[in-house]
Amino acid sequence: MLATVQTVRRGRLRWTTLCMTSPSLLLLFLWMAVPLLMTLYFSVEHYNLMSANRTRLVGFENYLYLLREPGFPDAVRNSLIILVSVVAVTITGGTLLAWLFEEDFLGCRIARFLIIAPFFVMPTVSALLWKNLMLHPIYGLMAFPVRAIGFGPIDWFGRTPMLAIVLILSWEWLPFAFLILLTSVQSFNRELKEAAIIDGAGPWAVFRYLILPHLKRAISAVIMIEAIFLLSTFAEILITTSGGPGTATTNLTFLVYSLGLLQFDIGMASAGGMIAVVLANVATFFLMQTVAREFRSTQAV
Amino acid sequence: MKSASKWIRFVVGWAAALWIFFPIFWMLLTSLKSESQAYAAPPVVFFRPTLENFRAILEQSSYARYALNSVYVSCGATVFAMILSIPAAYAMAFRPGRRTKSLLVWIMSTKMMPPVSALVPIYLILGHFALLDSVASLIAVFAMSNLPIVLWLVYSYFCEVPHEILEAGRMDGMTPWQEIRYLLLQMSLPGLASTALLSIVLCWNEAFWSINLTSAKAGPLTVFIATFSNPEGFFLAKLSAASVLAIAPILVFGWIAQKQLVRGLTFGAVK
Repeated sequence: MLATVQTVRRGRLRWTTLCMTSPSLLLLFLWMAVPLLMTLYFSVEHYNLMSANRTRLVGFENYLYLLREPGFPDAVRNSLIILVSVVAVTITGGTLLAWLFEEDFLGCRIARFLIIAPFFVMPTVSALLWKNLMLHPIYGLMAFPVRAIGFGPIDWFGRTPMLAIVLILSWEWLPFAFLILLTSVQSFNRELKEAAIIDGAGPWAVFRYLILPHLKRAISAVIMIEAIFLLSTFAEILITTSGGPGTATTNLTFLVYSLGLLQFDIGMASAGGMIAVVLANVATFFLMQTVAREFRSTQAV
Repeated sequence: MKSASKWIRFVVGWAAALWIFFPIFWMLLTSLKSESQAYAAPPVVFFRPTLENFRAILEQSSYARYALNSVYVSCGATVFAMILSIPAAYAMAFRPGRRTKSLLVWIMSTKMMPPVSALVPIYLILGHFALLDSVASLIAVFAMSNLPIVLWLVYSYFCEVPHEILEAGRMDGMTPWQEIRYLLLQMSLPGLASTALLSIVLCWNEAFWSINLTSAKAGPLTVFIATFSNPEGFFLAKLSAASVLAIAPILVFGWIAQKQLVRGLTFGAVK
């Protein structure tokens, strides 16, 4: 009797558990699988919203066209340039800043907040802030020192567009890297550090051989999150350069957007979308591998 | 020696902080200038501040609509994601099955699909059902794209609640829903509140989906600010005032939620 009651009860519990988890999992699965399958299907179709004969299966034709499109190699290259340079700048800067803020100083909480602030500025605001207030060739703040040393106006987004984009993105993401790395530095075992100092290790040795290896996990986390977001950079490019001049700042995200939503070529855009999935996973994988290798050599020294 | 290093930290730390914060400070300063002062060369640093730009932006009827959309979308998507996450996180934290660990990893891995790969289908589906430029569909999209982060955060907070307390409740005959309602929600309230805050911050600042899926009717503030990028909209002081209004509330929220930011975005890898 008791046994049956317990089985019924356990059965009901399992049922409740299922009711609790399934809505999230089901919706998340649909949110991921439906668009992905549709993209996959569109990518092997001739499907242009502007042409009459709507759909025709064409196999890999879209992919072949995309690979031959002159803008495509540029887009992949630009995506990778953005990813690698912003990750390099933010990890280096974030590590140094975290080291600096590891111990308290006068007003360090306020200073920390000032550094974190750019992360909470929405992308459209930071794009316009840099484009119009900072780097504008005539009215921007940077124009004045440039003029003072005798140069003419410099159009940063025209002459060095990628540098300007990387600058904006690094400014947005440095706070994030700093915050994660600071949290990690502060969780470092103090006694271990003090023991090393008593044994005569200088601040550099402490940083190099104790703190840096400890940061491995945090650095990997920062790289992974930044890779996800940086490969999807969109608003900053749309607002400052619209992918130009030419295709100088078109990344894969922007290329897919312009193929699909500006030229209505659903098939080509979908092929680009599929390549974006592959690129995101491959690039992240290689970055993580590099970090792992880097740390292996650090520990060997 | 000790005090020397303290001084170095103080000087270099503050220099870096001011350097990084300077663009935001300059925007704040510009928002308080008149348009002609904003364009002056060399730049004006000392001037009589005016709130004229803020008045002009706030009086513009469209600003209020965009701002309200931002509030609806961020809060709506957050509530939606929390309602989905809390029961799921409860089941995963307190009644884990054989597959719970791999489910959690799968949930995280959904973030590896770049949004642009879903752009075309989502755009076509919403267009087909005439749901483009609607607050409801933006809420759904934001909720889904933040669900993995919210679910992971709520799960990690539930894991910190001692099992004994829930077991005591179970002894008294509580159902799982009552355990959530009367025990968990009370005990992990601070964690849940800051999770919600982080979700609001992420939704407020999201620009990819909002720019592509909405425009004048359902557009949030990210879209409003984007309208300043065309040459006709080139008013430096007004742009600055609108930007300051758009980021001010979120800067405050962000300061409160920074711990959750670390934990949430790294999926608990760094605490």
